[in-house]
Amino acid sequence: MREHTKRKVIFKVFRFNQETDHLPYYLKYEMEVAQDEVILDILNRIKWEFDGSFSYRRSCRHGICGSCAIKVNQKPVLSCTENVFNLIDMYGNELVLEPQDEKRAVKDMVINKKNFWQKYSKVKPFLVAEINNHPKHENIISQEEVDLLDESDYCIQCGNCFYACPSVKVNDEYLGPAALLKAFRFNADIRDNAKNERLDIVNEPGAGVWDCVKCYECAEACPKDLSPISKIGKLHNQIFQNNKAINNVATRHAVGFKSSIKKHGILDEGELVRYSEGSIGVLKHLPEAYTMWKKGKIVMPWNMPKSKNMDEIKKLVEISSTVDF
Amino acid sequence: MSKLKYALYTGCTAKESTPELLKSTMAVARALDIELIILEEASCCGAGHLQDFDEFLSLTLNTRNICYAEKLGLTMVTICNTCQLNTSLTKEKLDNDESLKSKVNQKLSEVGLEYKGTSDVKHFLYAIIDDIGVDAIAEKVTKPLKNLNIAPFYGCHNIRPSSLHKNNNGGENPYVPNSMERLISALGGNSVNYAHKNKCCGFHVELQAPKTANKLSGDAMLDAMDNDADVVVTPCPLCHLRLDVQQHNISKEIGRDVNMPVLHLPQMIGLALGITPDALGLDHNVSEVTFL
Repeated sequence: MREHTKRKVIFKVFRFNQETDHLPYYLKYEMEVAQDEVILDILNRIKWEFDGSFSYRRSCRHGICGSCAIKVNQKPVLSCTENVFNLIDMYGNELVLEPQDEKRAVKDMVINKKNFWQKYSKVKPFLVAEINNHPKHENIISQEEVDLLDESDYCIQCGNCFYACPSVKVNDEYLGPAALLKAFRFNADIRDNAKNERLDIVNEPGAGVWDCVKCYECAEACPKDLSPISKIGKLHNQIFQNNKAINNVATRHAVGFKSSIKKHGILDEGELVRYSEGSIGVLKHLPEAYTMWKKGKIVMPWNMPKSKNMDEIKKLVEISSTVDF
Repeated sequence: MSKLKYALYTGCTAKESTPELLKSTMAVARALDIELIILEEASCCGAGHLQDFDEFLSLTLNTRNICYAEKLGLTMVTICNTCQLNTSLTKEKLDNDESLKSKVNQKLSEVGLEYKGTSDVKHFLYAIIDDIGVDAIAEKVTKPLKNLNIAPFYGCHNIRPSSLHKNNNGGENPYVPNSMERLISALGGNSVNYAHKNKCCGFHVELQAPKTANKLSGDAMLDAMDNDADVVVTPCPLCHLRLDVQQHNISKEIGRDVNMPVLHLPQMIGLALGITPDALGLDHNVSEVTFL
């Protein structure tokens, strides 16, 4: 049943003009909203009915160009596909509209996306292949080969995952979920010849996959449900499968789980830190280890508990392992 | 009503660096008349890191853990968000992919096990909210957490990805979670509303990117502090290891002093149910629990 009633909403809207304003501010616009209106309709109405200087990006109106991405009450959305009534059900009748990253605002909802595109361009976001300019027949790609992309070619570069990523927020070097997803997209393409170069790029400590904090904000933010983090996971796997893993704290941390599980079933936390950091590197953890020891939070090696039925676990580790380090 | 009974997957930290979590979980379960059967056979969930190294191996091991809950015919209850994530990711993959399921089962058959998909996997927080209910818990409160400003810190892996968790976390909205607020109010406390309650603590990059981890934990703790929190509470022991144990390193990174008690979820419930601090393992918390 179509709901004919309208709902009254107060939109609290981020306003800023880089050229004239010292600081951003918020203006309130009150309006009646109909059931079928999306956030882009509201942005249009603010511009047409209240303030012609209000600025925002928009183009396709069909969820495919990725330009109209903003945040509503901190939730990353595509304005043209986000129904206002759904947001009212979630947040109530006051909705806060903000650009993807307030610190990068140029004018109102428009941000400077330079950092997004810079990261994007670092991963060779294009097909690297020998192209025969005069082919004699079609190049057929099977459905199974297309499936390898895991829909990563559906990314519309809206930037929602990138600006929702906490690791991006605190580390200027981190490539972020969109660029890493794009690296996966071309590495999964059977026609591509630059897989090794891309793995070297995404394997860079401080910038690549090892700086993903595993928070799943990108999976939640993606309007195309592409789960960038699951592609980041697959890049981790490719690094190990292609012998690209550098022997460092991050890779040893991943590998250390296997040896610990094989030995104890559960994780030997102390040994994992020692193995990951190395015998010298581990020394920097001594102060916190001492604090934890005083509070009964450190299990000594000789008291390390073991899972029951260790023979099963050992056997499974032996017969199910698919990769070496 | 018959007695509630679950298979408890403790995870690793509850047996090592956060013994107070296991102790308080067992104490709260007793007080709420829940029977928990510890899955002593279970191995580590891989925490997402073994998955980065060897996805198939981690699937087999996690499936084996679920098999032991299935053998008991019980719902598996977790007390660590990351165990919850990796176990339910495993379950989702196997339940939606017959060929993967048979591949894993072929390995498991060599140790006499078979995965059927009959046990649910739920975090303790949602198990008690769904199966007991906040009203029934409120009736058991003997020492309400009066005048206490409690900042809930949800931890990523109980709420994201929401499509994975929706059937087992009451459809919690990752942008506006409220289960802990409902619980806090049932226990007589005030919940603190702050922007970082559903954000990341940085645990998973603690070793390779300590700066990132300390900044993220710091942002959360400062936000809670600046919104007048007396105490932070979390359902995740990994978040706890950062927010409680790392306060010294966090302070150094962010340039402001962080000094606030951080409780595990069952420790908070236990205090309201009148369980003694000793039985809740409060002596193991690094940041002194000063409000008692």
